[in-house]
Amino acid sequence: MSTPQTTIFSPATAERFDRLVTLYPVKRSALVPMLLYAQDEVGYISDAVIAEIAQRIGITELDVRNVLTYYSMLRTKPAGKYNVQVCTNISCMLRDGYGIMEHCKKRLGIGHKETTPDGLFSLEEVECIGACCWAPAIQVNYDFYDELTPEKMDQILDDYKAGRGKETV
Amino acid sequence: MPRLVSHPDEVKILSRRFGKGAADIDKYIELDGYKAVQTAIAKGADWVITEMKASGLRGRGGAGFPTGLKWSFVPKQVDRPKYVLVNGDESEPATCKDHVIFLHDPHAVIEGTMIAGLAIGSKLGFIYLRGEYRYLLKIMEKAVADAYAKGFLGKNIFGSGIDFDIVTQTGAGAYEVGEESALMESLEGKRGIPRIKPPFPAVVGLYGGPTVINNAETIASVPHIMLMGGEAYARVGSERNGGTRLFGISGHVNNPGVYELPMGYNLKKAIYEVGGGVRGGRKLKAVVPGGSSTPVMLPEEIDVGMDFDQLGKAGSMLGSAGIVVIDDQTCMVEFALRTIQFYQHESCGWCIPCREGTDWLKKTISRVHAGGGVDKDLDNIRYLAENMLGRTFCPLGDAAAMPTIAFIKKFRHEFEDHLNGKPCPYAHKEEPALV
Repeated sequence: MSTPQTTIFSPATAERFDRLVTLYPVKRSALVPMLLYAQDEVGYISDAVIAEIAQRIGITELDVRNVLTYYSMLRTKPAGKYNVQVCTNISCMLRDGYGIMEHCKKRLGIGHKETTPDGLFSLEEVECIGACCWAPAIQVNYDFYDELTPEKMDQILDDYKAGRGKETV
Repeated sequence: MPRLVSHPDEVKILSRRFGKGAADIDKYIELDGYKAVQTAIAKGADWVITEMKASGLRGRGGAGFPTGLKWSFVPKQVDRPKYVLVNGDESEPATCKDHVIFLHDPHAVIEGTMIAGLAIGSKLGFIYLRGEYRYLLKIMEKAVADAYAKGFLGKNIFGSGIDFDIVTQTGAGAYEVGEESALMESLEGKRGIPRIKPPFPAVVGLYGGPTVINNAETIASVPHIMLMGGEAYARVGSERNGGTRLFGISGHVNNPGVYELPMGYNLKKAIYEVGGGVRGGRKLKAVVPGGSSTPVMLPEEIDVGMDFDQLGKAGSMLGSAGIVVIDDQTCMVEFALRTIQFYQHESCGWCIPCREGTDWLKKTISRVHAGGGVDKDLDNIRYLAENMLGRTFCPLGDAAAMPTIAFIKKFRHEFEDHLNGKPCPYAHKEEPALV
């Protein structure tokens, strides 16, 4: 239960983690946010991430694995730099969310939970993202795009490809 | 960016600062911000709870429990610290109301949390957003930081001698965490599985301390109740259903959006007037009135006031007030399948009736939709769903079973039309580009 001597994280993230564990009555409360921030930086929850977070919180690596496998946004394998998450839940389905998903599949040449060979994009069909009144909607990493058409979708993918996409972290 | 909508029938209480830049603390203060908490401090905890009870405000997460009553259950004298936990893990399909609150009025959530803390004698509040809402977390984080910078949070708030702190965080993708006991588990750094009740959180909650857990919309309503008075707030709504609610109208309507309407507002009017009617001039086939877990209604059933009691009497629920409008070209079996797919995906697996029930419902409805169903499948679907009801720790099992039962009861003919090798007769008829 301590701050590690060496860290795999950037100084900013390490500092954030030092602070996060102090915010709660118990250190372990910081676990879920730490996993998500760690994933943002490393790209996925690697063994090294698990080891360091377990050490920082003072729980076993098994405890960390037990928690991380519960949450759908946490992954143990790398994804593309831009993870395109297409909602197909009811409100989006009624406004052609599946059409957007099909369009992305064709356009990117990959399927659900796959990554383009250049590592730039991955694609995921996801459950409701809370943008129902502006359907169909997607998220690229943490950024929302709504009231989509195939044309708007192309524009979004082009923007990310050209390095012009929004990048909320 | 979520588009703001407006309609003359709206009564803007909770949404009155939307679109006015109130995420900025100075703008919020200019629009009567942080006055309510000062009033609450001046008048004291008992007054706050009395006003909350008088307001008739009922939990906006979907259960509809009276908020004032919930707060009054927290014991006054206890050794353990007490907590306020704001549930912004908005995940029920068709629900995006908290999304606009965090975006447009984050300080109302903070102020409501402070007032709740004052009412129960808590010094620490948590605001928990779903993991997908990172950009909204950043808005909340800035709002909290600004409130600290002004001295509104922290030690001795508004010279009261009372300390209050707020911690904001997100989850990482889990519908189940929207259930209050699972939410506490998640906040304690665990898998989000539900706890058995009793004890209720008001007695033994977060870290074993008494905890008030309220939906973000409930909490954001609190400052307005303090400002206008509980009775005035109650009068805006219908009997035993105080105030207004953010109704999210989505699906096949001309003007989808989040609208603030008085409790008890007519559902049919909400669709045809506020929502602008079914798009493309098509006919209405069905309505899901309060988020995906609420039983579907037929067009002839929707001339009803939208509050917890009236919709309950009409055989459905107000739930999270996400109204899904479904036109006559939709396959209801496909719609039922997409609904159960969600619950199967989100079942945490803790309770067997939910874990196995959602899985078998998904398999069976999927087979029926694909044309491989047999006659007895339809009774099996209903039997399975009915046997999930009330047999799980948390309401996710019910949330999956209730809509399924309604789909098979009210649209049995559509299920039958898929049986015995027939391809789906509803989906993808002539499908002109929808406007």
